[in-house]
Amino acid sequence: MQSRPLILDLPRLALLSLAAFVVLAPYIWMVAVSVKPQDEVFKASLSLIPQKWALVENYGKVLATIPVWTYIVNGLIVCFGILFFQILFAVPAAYALAKLNFRGRELVFGFVMLGLLVPYQTTALPLYLGIHQLGLLNSYTALIAPFTCSVFAIFLFRQFFRAIPDDLINAARIDGMGEFSIVWRVVLPNALPAATAFAIFSVVAHWNDLFWPLIVIQKGDLYTPAMGILAFRSVEAGEDYGALMAAALLVTAPLVLAFLLAQRRFIEGITMTGLKG
Amino acid sequence: MATVAGWGPAFCRWKTPMADVAMQSPAVKAPTVHARTLRGDAGIAWLLTLPAILAYCAMILLPLLAVLALAFTDYEFGARSFHWIGFGNFADMLGDRTFSASIRNTVVYCLFVAPLSIGIALCLAVLIEAGARGRAFWRAVFFLPVVSLTVAMATAWQYLLHPSIGPVNALLRMVGAGTPNWLGSSDWVIVSLGFIGVWENVGFNLVLFLAGLTAIPRELYAASEIDGARSGWSKFWLVTWPMLGPTMLFVIIITMTRSIRVFDTVQTLTQGGPNNASEVLLRTIHQEGFHYFRFGYSAAITLVFLVIVLGLMLIQTRLIDRRVHYG
Repeated sequence: MQSRPLILDLPRLALLSLAAFVVLAPYIWMVAVSVKPQDEVFKASLSLIPQKWALVENYGKVLATIPVWTYIVNGLIVCFGILFFQILFAVPAAYALAKLNFRGRELVFGFVMLGLLVPYQTTALPLYLGIHQLGLLNSYTALIAPFTCSVFAIFLFRQFFRAIPDDLINAARIDGMGEFSIVWRVVLPNALPAATAFAIFSVVAHWNDLFWPLIVIQKGDLYTPAMGILAFRSVEAGEDYGALMAAALLVTAPLVLAFLLAQRRFIEGITMTGLKG
Repeated sequence: MATVAGWGPAFCRWKTPMADVAMQSPAVKAPTVHARTLRGDAGIAWLLTLPAILAYCAMILLPLLAVLALAFTDYEFGARSFHWIGFGNFADMLGDRTFSASIRNTVVYCLFVAPLSIGIALCLAVLIEAGARGRAFWRAVFFLPVVSLTVAMATAWQYLLHPSIGPVNALLRMVGAGTPNWLGSSDWVIVSLGFIGVWENVGFNLVLFLAGLTAIPRELYAASEIDGARSGWSKFWLVTWPMLGPTMLFVIIITMTRSIRVFDTVQTLTQGGPNNASEVLLRTIHQEGFHYFRFGYSAAITLVFLVIVLGLMLIQTRLIDRRVHYG
């Protein structure tokens, strides 16, 4: 089955190629249109190569109209800010739930499971009220704070930490390490695959999120990449497709490139954490 | 909720309880050797969990209780006072045409996206699994939409589906077929958004199915051959299909819970239009809450949304409890 001759494998490859073409179509045309001048875009031909290149015009227009780099930097600050606090809060809690025996542990874990059931969009209204009360609308805090407690991270790390041999932790205790340094210097390094997977999941989810940034951000200089595209669409009235595709490509590229460089890790990270969307 | 998919055994250094249960059984059992190591020092445990507990209360628990309460008030953002109106908001929903359109469209969208993205993903997974050539390549190609910025890709789809200059209609004109206004007509808009939804979800489901397929023992195929299943077709129905049962259930629920949250594409492309034909639940919540500032009403719709999501998860746990175990 593995070493079927190419000729017999062709029907299978043809079907897969057809499906791949449909999946890749928006990317192909995104790249093609982003270098086409407007009059060629409106000719509605199926050709992908422009007769006259408009790369400089289209990308130049994007960079002149919206601060793409600011959006990308905002995206990075928000994603890594969220990730930092998620790890900071979840890892010690997960260690306590996995390896320490204390009264109330089952109760805490019960709340973790409860939290897993609640989609984050559910809590948007009260969080908005709270953030408004504190005068924190239009700030990085507003973008980061609501996501700092990831019950999913606690759940995931707890599962991983349980598999770490107790002897390892006991040995560290005998060496005189405190519980805090055990968490960060023994337990976490031994669960790096889980941490990587979670990091990828978390960054992809928040890089792509639109629902929450749309609620708390009105000021352009705090726009995330997703909001930036939306803003550019309204400025451009959505008809200059060359520039629009150039903008779309610029903000899609960072994650797609990261994905292409570390496919296996991305796929593991996102699918295993698939329950939180 | 405990099911975690696509978890390769090579993924962790020690065999975790999760590694065996991935895709197979949702009941995470306690490991046999359990830590009872710390000398009754509960203080340190609480100290370690304290930051998480505080963040949990502030960001999840209290807001959740607040939404529950808000749903039974007529509170509007900025108002000085509010009244408890019992089930008034829920009664209003019954006569609200936007809300009923929203529910209807969300259901249609889910019923379009889930079967198609699952069916296509399963076909592709079987095709990929049937040969050795380019496995990683195909997987990466089909997974690409999952990591791409939805708002940006929606914009690319808007161009592809443009009624006059889009390549899709250019192709249809070439073969002499009709050229619908995909995103602009109320007859087609949900289908078009649904198609983009299928495009977004296929890769995700595909990877879950690939994990499920790899887990099927090869001997079963050999055994089915002895039993007379010669063609790939009969092997599929005799071995693959029943063995994929648990994966299938998981994929169905996960696709439903993913597609019920459709928001980005609608917000980017149609804003619920034309004439509410693509209004969906999350957008209605967003609109009522942050556009009209009717927080009480928006909270009530949020509860409806939450109940649907919880219902789906309940179905999953129920079915998994009863499901036949193979292997």
